[in-house]
Amino acid sequence: MTAIAARVRLPSGGGVHLALALVLVIGAVIVAVDGGNLLSQPSITGILHRSAALGIVAVGQTIVLLVGSLDLSVAYLISLCSLVAAETMAGQEGMVLPAVLAVLGVCVVVGLVNGLVVSLLRVNAFIATLGMALLLRGVIDDQYDGPAGQVAQGFQRIGYDRIGPIPVAALLMGAVALVAWFVLTRTKLGYRIYAVGGDVEVARLSGIRTAPVVVTAHVLCAVCAGVAGLFLASRLGAGTPTVGTDGGYDLESIAAAVLGGTALAGGKGGVVGTISGVLLLAVLDSVFNALEVDPFFKNVVRGTVIIVAVAVYAVRTRRPR
Amino acid sequence: MAAPLLAMRNVSKSFFGNEVLSGVDLDLRPGEVHALVGENGAGKSTLMKILAGVHEPDSGEIELGGEQVRFSHPSQAQVAGVAIIYQELTLLGERTVAENVFLGREPSRFGVIDRRKMETETTRLLEELGERSFTSRRLVRQLSVAQQQVVEIAKALVVDARVVVMDEPTASLADHEVELLYKLIHRLQARGIGVLYVSHRLREVFDLAQRVTVLKDGRLVSTTDTEAIDIPGLVRLMVGRDLESFFPPRESDIGDVLLEASGAGHRRLRDVDLRLHAGEIVGVAGLQGSGRTSLARALFGVEPFTTGEIRVDGRRTRITSPRRAIKAGLGYVTEDRKSEGLALRQQVRHNALLVAHALHRSAGVSVSELLTSVELTGGPDSASREVRFLSGGNQQKVVLAKWLAVRPRVLIFDEPTRGIDVGAKFAIYTLIRALSAQGVAILMISSELQELIGMADRILVMRDHRIVADLPGDSTEEAIMHAAVHEEAAP
Repeated sequence: MTAIAARVRLPSGGGVHLALALVLVIGAVIVAVDGGNLLSQPSITGILHRSAALGIVAVGQTIVLLVGSLDLSVAYLISLCSLVAAETMAGQEGMVLPAVLAVLGVCVVVGLVNGLVVSLLRVNAFIATLGMALLLRGVIDDQYDGPAGQVAQGFQRIGYDRIGPIPVAALLMGAVALVAWFVLTRTKLGYRIYAVGGDVEVARLSGIRTAPVVVTAHVLCAVCAGVAGLFLASRLGAGTPTVGTDGGYDLESIAAAVLGGTALAGGKGGVVGTISGVLLLAVLDSVFNALEVDPFFKNVVRGTVIIVAVAVYAVRTRRPR
Repeated sequence: MAAPLLAMRNVSKSFFGNEVLSGVDLDLRPGEVHALVGENGAGKSTLMKILAGVHEPDSGEIELGGEQVRFSHPSQAQVAGVAIIYQELTLLGERTVAENVFLGREPSRFGVIDRRKMETETTRLLEELGERSFTSRRLVRQLSVAQQQVVEIAKALVVDARVVVMDEPTASLADHEVELLYKLIHRLQARGIGVLYVSHRLREVFDLAQRVTVLKDGRLVSTTDTEAIDIPGLVRLMVGRDLESFFPPRESDIGDVLLEASGAGHRRLRDVDLRLHAGEIVGVAGLQGSGRTSLARALFGVEPFTTGEIRVDGRRTRITSPRRAIKAGLGYVTEDRKSEGLALRQQVRHNALLVAHALHRSAGVSVSELLTSVELTGGPDSASREVRFLSGGNQQKVVLAKWLAVRPRVLIFDEPTRGIDVGAKFAIYTLIRALSAQGVAILMISSELQELIGMADRILVMRDHRIVADLPGDSTEEAIMHAAVHEEAAP
């Protein structure tokens, strides 16, 4: 991770990789003292599995955070996507592609609406996407009472197969992150996202049309949520109305991105830090599971870690005059 | 005579029924520096923004290189070869120099950016501008203001600008950095680029420009060769007032010591000894980075002194926070009124009572009396307007009102007239004089030496985070500059 960090320019998110390494080492020692093995193959596979869904959502969330926005509708969108996927497939192998296309269609629409409301109507992103979340929740509550549909047999392999020790799910997360990394650091779109998030007025005065950039970022985020919804459907075998909210993907994805050094105000950070943030949270989870810690205490520690991380960033960016 | 590069004819613009520009003509020749002056509200920035594609004119024509153009978005103005260097720099601190220079026009193939080309091009441009002190990969927030301005100019060159508009480019530069800017402007001229130069500093107009256009109340007053006019003449055109009456004369006596620092210092400031008397105006001169603002912030408890001793009214006082400073009778008009002095989105009324409320103290006078005392112009409903809609001069008056509400005994001013038009400057000077006549001790930091000489009873000069000289108020600019740069000049 640190090798990657050295090559990929990370203005201030570098610390998260160090933190991840530390948590891994300290966690491994503590678990070993307890008689377990954090670094065993099943354990590592478990960590990667646990990271996948959050990782995919958090990559999308990172993109909207970078553009200076955020998306609170991802949790309900994930639920809706899992339902749309499972219902469209209805257990048939031949319906996998239509199901995927249907999910992407839903996501593009949701992302477009979010982006347009934020950029053209100038509604605060918090309110706009919270509104979208409630809207999606209404649709889900109205249409579904419980799990619905069934995914195709072959589709379930995404959720469970692995290549060597590496779950397909982790590869999926890696692929999504790689694409996002490339877009953000190597393409015009990515540069524009950083510019708009860095200072929307500067971007405009530099000749950038800012609204399309914000809209595109929201669409990309929604599509990431859709991919996560597909993955969760494959894992559960059916669509579930609560899969997104149970996972707390809305706030956790923001937490992971911020933990990874992405600025809430936008314009600073990136997906490499986010993935480390996600892995850090997953490692903490695994350590607590291995030690059979009270879930209450677990959340206290997670909360503390996030606050400390953001405090560290804040102190480091404060410049003396 | 060369054909004009840019011609604006009969340009008019209204906002909400208020005419801010009416029938203005302006032309710019290749290789010319054309200054645009006028009080705030005269329409300079609207004219610039029309040229930049930020606003569309209601009527009138713009010709660029003989072709008629019409811009509705800044990107169109850029494509046409107009680059604007705004007063507040338009750079992204968290991005590299190269990323900023090419912002919005990155070289790319199929949307994938050619980073190597971007960096080599930037390096070439920087060299062309004589800048070798930083590389294209540095983050912009790590650069000094002057270096950032070079980046801004490189940004203008990358679009192959034919017309470069500069809005108060020296507002945040120290004198030696201004010299560098002059050199850069001469290079632009040599390339045949026309420069439209907006500035409140009239001396720069005469240093740089071949012609000067004066705007007043949205109308063209005149366009003249700079050789045919002098500073007093220009001021008369701008405000209809003579330069001699610019700095109101002292009319009161100096009293007892109100604020005294002895051997004070902290991490950066060293050995600060100073005394401010009641009714005295003490100027502080020095280059950018010499510690002037640090001094103000230390006295006011923002970054408190850690050593030495502060006495207010002869009593030893520990000022460890702005709150304590205010309670001890100090006030601080900061150099950055927009982010440190005012709550921009709140009404004038709330801003004026900010400090009084913070101390749970009543202002003792009504808001309207307070606003009258600072001569806030702008109609009867001005107290309920949001501060962000006021001109720079009126904003500064609100800051002053905020302090007057708690009747401070010592007021620290940091660049009190930065970005303020000539008429409002005069009003601020008059207010400062009136305060000192009431016995308030004033410490006035300024980069404009004329202002210090015109106003101050004594001038402290800072260098390397120390006060190095205590000069009489009628010193020459040369004497002050000598003290400010002395060590740099020595081998």
